Amino acid sequence: MSLNRRDFLKIAGAAGACLAGGKAGKANAAAAVGGGKEFYGMLIDTTKCIGCRACEEACNQKNKLAEPEVSFSSESVFEKKREPTPEAYTVVNKFANEKEPDKPVFVRKQCYHCNQPACASACLVKALEKTKDGPVIYNKDRCMGCRYCMIACPFDIPKYEYNTPFPYVKKCQFCFDRVKNGEQPACAEACPEGATLFGKKRDLVDIARQRVYQNPDKYVHYIYGEHEVGGTGWLYLSSVPFEKIGFRTDLGTTPYPEHTSGFLYGVPLVFVLWPSLLIGLNYLTNGKNGKEDNHGDK
Amino acid sequence: METSKAAKGAQGSGAGLGNTVREFARFIIGELKPKGKMMTPFNVITGIIIAVGIVLIAIRFYKGLGSVTNLSQDYPWGIWIGFDVITGVAFAGGAYVLTFVVHILKFEKYEPIVRATVLNGFLAYVFYAGALLLDLGRPWNVVNPIIGNSFGLSSVLFLVAWHFLLYMICEFLEFSPAVAEWLHWKKARKIVQGLTTGAVIFGITLSTLHQSGLGALFLLAPSKIHPLWYSGNIPVLFFVSSIFAGLSMVIIESTFTHKVFHDRMDAKHRASHDEILLGLAKGCVGALFAYLFLKAIDLVHGHHWDLLATPMGYWYLFEVFGFVVLPIILFVKALKMRSVKLVQFTAFLTAIGIIINRLNFSVIAFKWYAPVRYYPSWAEIWVTLAVISMELWVFRWVVNRMNVFSEYREEKEELPKKAEVLKWKTTAM
Repeated sequence: MSLNRRDFLKIAGAAGACLAGGKAGKANAAAAVGGGKEFYGMLIDTTKCIGCRACEEACNQKNKLAEPEVSFSSESVFEKKREPTPEAYTVVNKFANEKEPDKPVFVRKQCYHCNQPACASACLVKALEKTKDGPVIYNKDRCMGCRYCMIACPFDIPKYEYNTPFPYVKKCQFCFDRVKNGEQPACAEACPEGATLFGKKRDLVDIARQRVYQNPDKYVHYIYGEHEVGGTGWLYLSSVPFEKIGFRTDLGTTPYPEHTSGFLYGVPLVFVLWPSLLIGLNYLTNGKNGKEDNHGDK
Repeated sequence: METSKAAKGAQGSGAGLGNTVREFARFIIGELKPKGKMMTPFNVITGIIIAVGIVLIAIRFYKGLGSVTNLSQDYPWGIWIGFDVITGVAFAGGAYVLTFVVHILKFEKYEPIVRATVLNGFLAYVFYAGALLLDLGRPWNVVNPIIGNSFGLSSVLFLVAWHFLLYMICEFLEFSPAVAEWLHWKKARKIVQGLTTGAVIFGITLSTLHQSGLGALFLLAPSKIHPLWYSGNIPVLFFVSSIFAGLSMVIIESTFTHKVFHDRMDAKHRASHDEILLGLAKGCVGALFAYLFLKAIDLVHGHHWDLLATPMGYWYLFEVFGFVVLPIILFVKALKMRSVKLVQFTAFLTAIGIIINRLNFSVIAFKWYAPVRYYPSWAEIWVTLAVISMELWVFRWVVNRMNVFSEYREEKEELPKKAEVLKWKTTAM
């Protein structure tokens, strides 16, 4: 390929305009998401999940995690409720089904990839970051291990490696390397029942609504994750109330970063007001003790 | 002729400089040596605590946090954060309150205790905020938010980290005249003395923000902190409580130092001791009242009356009545009776209340619903005691060498060498 000078300038100009446009877009991107780009998400239909744990196995292999103590084909793991661990980013739990006792409900748990993640707003070094594609990823080289992300996450997803001198935070990264290249995450690819469906979040919300609309008796009329903590990238459908299958339904719809934004907006105010008021007070009280110039120097 | 003269002069000054450096080194080495008796009960006990503490810290860095702490996936912050850092910083609040009273409001009455308070505040930041490094998983990355390879500007912790650093510099500047006096650097003393007012103003601003910022950290955990404690006012509550936390710590600390370092104090300081403590108690009452009102507003706005009749509700009432209302009553009573003893006792009570309050946010009312609760391991407590012991050692070292409790006099060359005071009583811990 050969470029003459004229073409080069054209391209450079266009690229510059794009960059500038991108920047301008960012300013009001909170709602429109990264200059019009839409987040990817997942739709987990718990009515379709059969508890085969193929997603767990695929996740384990994709992320090169340690071999589990109990094999992926064993059902003994369902005896107690599990949480994700540093060695298992996604776990399937089994819940009793009151509607149909012989059909237990299986629910995956992993990072929900919030639209406005608490963990990323907590992180003081941007080790946790919301990408434009949707995944909330972890830049391990920046992390200092303060674990504030773990305090902040409403779903208790980030897990810590407590038993190594060089620990990291561990959680589902939404296979962001695959998503970036247009591939679906390993777990979605492995799911034999289509219980884990990958796509643009907007499309997934439509699909979820359609399923509820077409099967009003089968589903609880609620899409978990559509509005929770400002919306999450991963959505859930269920046939039983969500609080019965391990979901917190008391989290509200306020995006978590907004809980601290009020305080942070106050910081510049204090920085302007306090010194000026204190300097004023200092002049005012000068000479209070019968001396004109008082710098604390006696 | 002239050149040789100049050369001689240069040689002379060179030798002079060499001598000065050598003298300085000799002075520092001399000062580094411990003074007085070594085998006091205080030294032996704290020595053992520090030695074992260092071993525990070594294990922690060799095997990871899980080897010595009870931290878990449910409780990522234990007492190293909840007590050492968050409570320690609240107790260090006395420095910004007193510098405000003395340097800005110019109440000279409190001047005798300013230096000790600033020194204590500075050391508290160095040691207790420094204890943070033990808790960080990868402490060598602690410089990341400072050197800015990635600024997490939306993070309250980012703000707190910067303010810790800047405030430590401010407090060092505020204390540096004492260092300059110790080194007999008269010119340097003049310069740093001139910076005091600026450092004080900047320091108060930073303190306002990071004392409240430590509270603001917990704003991100609305679903995990018990509703009776969680409110949008946490930053204000932390700020206001840091005022009486700091002041009661000053009362406690001067109770001890007054006994232990009696010989290091000048007559004026000793004479005004009682008046100062009574004055500080008044400050405590004011801040406690403000805090109680804020708590009441939160309770009314929170609409959680029903929760008061639960175990966590009783715990909440115990905290508010036992460590806010009761101290107010006792302080007022002490001021009426002019009883310094009662002031000192109440200061203790208030300080315990602060410990309970800060631990509530970080550990006790945090995930009060969790099936497996966190409690500190013996090693976590031991390391905490070791950090406190180290701070006391450094505090004593400085007090025995610098003008912390006595006024600076330009004419005087050196303080008369009195019998060294190292008889730390075991009660002085």
